[in-house]
Amino acid sequence: MAEPTLPDGYIAHAPGFIANAGPKLITGRFAHEDSFTLERFLATGGYQGLRTALGRAPAEVHAEVREATLLGRGGAGFPAGVKWGFCPEGVWPRYLVVNGDESEPGTYKDRLLMERDPHQLIEGMLIACYAVGLSQAFLYVRGEMALAQERLATALDEAYAAGYVGAEICGSNFSVDVVLHWGAGAYIVGEETALIESLEGNRGMPRLKPPYFPAAIGLYGQPTIVNNVETLANLGWILANGADAYKGHGSEASPGTRLFAVSGHVRRPGIYEVEHGVTTFRELFYGDNFCRGIRDGHELKTFIPGGASAPWFFEEHLDLPLEGQVVSEAGSMLGSGAIVVMDETTDTVKACLRLVQFFARESCGKCSPCREGTGWQEQILQRILDGHGRPSDLDLLLDIGDNISPGPYPVAAFADQGLDAVPFPPRQTTICPLGPSAVAPIVSTIRRFRHEFETRITRRDPITVAVSVEGVAS
Amino acid sequence: MGFFTPANEKVAADIASRYPRRRSAMIPLLHLAQEQEGWVTGPAMEQIAELTGTTPVEVLGTGSFYEMFKFHPVGRYLVNVCTNISCQLLGAEDLLEHVESSLGVRAGSTTDDGLFTIEEVECVAACTEAPCFTVNYRYFHRATPVLFDEVVADLRAGESPLARGGAADDGPMPEHGTLARNRQRIPVRSRAGVVPPEDVNDPPAWMPTEAAADG
Ligand SMILES: Cc1cc2nc3c(=O)[nH]c(=O)nc-3n(C[C@H](O)[C@H](O)[C@H](O)COP(=O)(O)O)c2cc1C
Ligand code: SF4
Ligand code: FES
Repeated sequence: MAEPTLPDGYIAHAPGFIANAGPKLITGRFAHEDSFTLERFLATGGYQGLRTALGRAPAEVHAEVREATLLGRGGAGFPAGVKWGFCPEGVWPRYLVVNGDESEPGTYKDRLLMERDPHQLIEGMLIACYAVGLSQAFLYVRGEMALAQERLATALDEAYAAGYVGAEICGSNFSVDVVLHWGAGAYIVGEETALIESLEGNRGMPRLKPPYFPAAIGLYGQPTIVNNVETLANLGWILANGADAYKGHGSEASPGTRLFAVSGHVRRPGIYEVEHGVTTFRELFYGDNFCRGIRDGHELKTFIPGGASAPWFFEEHLDLPLEGQVVSEAGSMLGSGAIVVMDETTDTVKACLRLVQFFARESCGKCSPCREGTGWQEQILQRILDGHGRPSDLDLLLDIGDNISPGPYPVAAFADQGLDAVPFPPRQTTICPLGPSAVAPIVSTIRRFRHEFETRITRRDPITVAVSVEGVAS
Repeated sequence: MGFFTPANEKVAADIASRYPRRRSAMIPLLHLAQEQEGWVTGPAMEQIAELTGTTPVEVLGTGSFYEMFKFHPVGRYLVNVCTNISCQLLGAEDLLEHVESSLGVRAGSTTDDGLFTIEEVECVAACTEAPCFTVNYRYFHRATPVLFDEVVADLRAGESPLARGGAADDGPMPEHGTLARNRQRIPVRSRAGVVPPEDVNDPPAWMPTEAAADG
């Protein structure tokens, strides 16, 4: 077999990651083939952030993280230091749950961080536990990530043996166990209250809010901090180098760097560590340091700026910076750092169906607007695609969406159609944001590519199904 | 008679001892059962119920929420083809079609020889490496029909295809059920200790007491 030609900057032992020019706060170790070992970690500044933290009072460590304005990387972008402060005073014990369930379509970064630099994550967990007084830590890793589980298990064994995890860490009075926990396949478990339900040994269904943060009531009813893998991976660097140095990168509102996975129809898809809040979509897609343009001979049609749940963006959004607030004001979200680029060959009806199908399959079933609504939307889109669509179907799709997410749905600015941008997030009739997420691709595509739907509805395409089965492999 | 082998009974007890409440061991124990038998059997659920302080029906009710648990036998190799957006854009549907036609069964089925089960799955977090598939949860990036055929040939020949995956993974290919080839061991003497919520009312040792913090 001809070896696929790998893009320039691609590192075979950190597959997907592209080493380009630019600061490497959390991907620096990927240059080394043995980036996942304790030996390499220690040789490259590992556990220095933890040692710095242990030399200070927990409250000072917390203050440093608050000062750094480390925004959560799991989707909502809430500042970690502020969230940590929501634990009610005087209620003990408190727990840490790490969200390693990465399953939002388009998202690939936490798996890389867990497989290739597990100690960096462990160090971040320990710093969080020390700062907030968390007595036990659970590292919830998506079940399907077998190699990540192996790497984390080995790293934890090494860290226990070397005295970085467990009783009296580095000879101090700080003691915490880190328990590696395997998930078992369910997207909704990434939602933090569902994650906690799952960790308690239940079906992974989100809890009714309020309380809005598990910091108030979480695992076993106790104050619980839930943070994303990438969020925690930054803590070692922040403690070792200080909040001021961290704020020397990125923008004022979004300091530091951030991982973005760019997939789809670009020349050089990959995971990039990007100056947070500064780089624009245009630079990311076309810049020589990044994706180097749309694949040969094609042009941009549309892109999803923040994972399957995000409303879609178009040509006119290219000059926006990768900054949460700006993207939100333009009617979408940066979400989990997952950018999917589509060129003009993309069948948007099909792409829309695939995303809606995802939400319909992954709906946990706890509330009816989501459980029923996403299923109906899937069926309607399927019949449109199959050539059995009805003229009223587009309004029906939007109406069902309105029942899941009432009011003007946030969509990318459609100024040309007299529609204003509405800031994300949407209103919802559901317990969690999964239901409204299914509305994002529907509203985005119907608003912008209505003619593609109408063509499907008014003109029947011959259905092309491959019928020949070329014999059974034996 | 219990379901777990004596060796796995020890593992099960160790797993359960890591959590403040034993029900939290539910998913890890279901994985252990699947590792032993390839799927989750009735006797397995009975013993997990005992170990977690639940009933077999609760074990089934919980386990069936999660896609990775199989309540019927599946092939020795579970082939999961991602057809979600990033993979779809780069030919996942054609890849799935090839997987189905070359193995002669549709997604959701197992080949007659019991070797392969095919599933069409949601995003497996390899989107920049699309299209991709996994076999027993080991990754194969930038997949082509040729790559798939080579992987199948390796498996039929009893060889490990992992080095072909472009996912920087290598070593033996475990059979379905064996998720990870190692597991975390927490030596008893290095343990900080499990923290049951009902037994603790004070801040941990390294936190200044609130009185001290206020003063
Ligand atoms: C449907 C749904 C799925 C989610 N999936 C994930 C996920 O896979 N990983 C993740 O870190 N956060 C996910 N989140 C966000 C979490 O609820 C939570 O906000 C996050 O883990 C907090 O960590 P952070 O503050 O460090 O970002 C999801 C949220 C929703 C509503
Ligand atoms: S919105 Fe959907 S996924 Fe979320 S709780 Fe309701 S039914 Fe479950
Ligand atoms: S869409 Fe296929 S791996 Fe993410």
